[in-house]
Amino acid sequence: MLAIAAPVARSDQTQHRYTSMTADGEIVHFDNVGLRYGTEREVLSDLTFTLFAGRFYFLTGASGAGKTSLLRLLYLAQRPSRGAIRMFGTDLITLPRSRLPGLRRRTGVVFQDFRLIPHLSAFDNVALPLRVAGHQERDIGGPVRDILEWVGLSDKLDAGPATLSGGEQQRVAIARAVIARPAMLVADEPTGNVDSEMALKLLRLFEMLNRQGTTVVVATHDLDLLRKVPDSLIMRLDRGRLADPTGALRYPPRRLT
Amino acid sequence: MSEADTLADAGKWRVRDWRRLGVRGAELIPQTRMSGPMPWVIAIMVAMTAIALAAGLALGNAISLARAEIEGGVTIQVIEPRDEIREREAAAAVDAIKRLPHVAGLRRVPQAELDGLIEPWLGTGIAAATGAAIPVPSLIDVRLKGPATPPQLAAIEKAIAKVAPSAKVDAQSSWLRPVFDAMVSLQVLSISLVLLLAGALAAAVLLAARSALGANRDIIEIVHLLGGTDTQVARVFQRSIGFDAAGGGTVGLALAMVVILSLGRRFASLGAGLVDSGALVWTDWLLLALVPLLSTLLAMLTARLTVLHALRKML
Repeated sequence: MLAIAAPVARSDQTQHRYTSMTADGEIVHFDNVGLRYGTEREVLSDLTFTLFAGRFYFLTGASGAGKTSLLRLLYLAQRPSRGAIRMFGTDLITLPRSRLPGLRRRTGVVFQDFRLIPHLSAFDNVALPLRVAGHQERDIGGPVRDILEWVGLSDKLDAGPATLSGGEQQRVAIARAVIARPAMLVADEPTGNVDSEMALKLLRLFEMLNRQGTTVVVATHDLDLLRKVPDSLIMRLDRGRLADPTGALRYPPRRLT
Repeated sequence: MSEADTLADAGKWRVRDWRRLGVRGAELIPQTRMSGPMPWVIAIMVAMTAIALAAGLALGNAISLARAEIEGGVTIQVIEPRDEIREREAAAAVDAIKRLPHVAGLRRVPQAELDGLIEPWLGTGIAAATGAAIPVPSLIDVRLKGPATPPQLAAIEKAIAKVAPSAKVDAQSSWLRPVFDAMVSLQVLSISLVLLLAGALAAAVLLAARSALGANRDIIEIVHLLGGTDTQVARVFQRSIGFDAAGGGTVGLALAMVVILSLGRRFASLGAGLVDSGALVWTDWLLLALVPLLSTLLAMLTARLTVLHALRKML
């Protein structure tokens, strides 16, 4: 049951499971989703919204509002306690566990705490999504060096995470998230540990990916950041509930891509 | 990072690059955190398994060789204190048995050989010293065409009953049966030991894999979130345990070989027929060489199943 009547056409349940998006460009649809950890009270309640392909979303809210929990649902680290989620046209509630990796490969994630693998070099950390996806070694080196050069770490290919500064680790994490050209990029406070110049550069990278069709969801406290991406849509969480006073999520402005 | 560190890293690059290309994914979980004492545990297990297996195979060889020799053997003792009668009855018994259809051959044990049997206790020259020889029973070694069965023994007894009433018929297998039974029990024991050790090896690998999974939980979660499958993660563990098992197994087999060869030499020097016959043949050595290989396969399979089972509980 929908908590808020969504005017967007719901995709047909019988459609092909692995289409990237529905005919109307839907990439993610949450329907009355709730999440609780153990027997605690719900950290997310009655979330009903749709994310569309090729859009740029900011997720804001006070600390403890549930931003990270919502992102965990988006990058499939968590299943909801109730409600339904459809992602890339696939019903996640009934999706067998064995088919999760296929969906995860289509979502790039920048974790708040970077979560780089400590004993792997920057190169190997960034190469990991490509290796996991089964790319040949000869096809990995070039793209990984390119992306590391782009984030300004071409001289740190062999450096381990422990030898990198917080900002450098952040950039490696971002490079790892985008290397496989995901359909959706989910980033949890991606500019939290970098200076304003690098923050802007990273934002431009996200915008560039977005222009190429990647749906971007960025959780941030930084309100200045929101103003720097004028076409972005804002999702504001307030104590686990989605505040959408403008109806932007339910009535997204169409954009030609 | 200092320039020296950078240069050191550059030096390592080739090796690491090779490892990445050659055994892709093996680096995902640090080998040291994964294996710990595991290669040594596997070495000990393999050594004990190979020794137990060698014992079982040697006993098996001894049993089959002895069986082949003794199964169709019948001993006839003519127990008569008077020399002339004993001599006559023995000769008559030989004549009577020769004609039986299931007899493959026979041999009357010469007097000199009989004297030789009691010589260690009584020495030589008894007749000269006491004026009379010791009345040792005459022995006839009969070899049947097949194993000695009760009807065949009865036929022999019937054939010699009239001509050699003081003769006693014994199937050699009957008096050696307790020895055979003991040897078979030992063989069963060694096979059980091999199975127990295989179980212990699997249990050790299971614990190691679980512990490694716990220690590397964060890394596994990241790999999952990047789209890694359970099979990919399991393959990393499986490969790492495989390397440990192969290394440990080789060391274990070398240790076992030293023990088996030195024990074999000691037993051979005993000069006891039954022990000598337990020498290992080339197929046995081949089986022993398979122990580390099978242990490696068992360890890899256990690691794979353990990891897959544990990962099923993660999202």
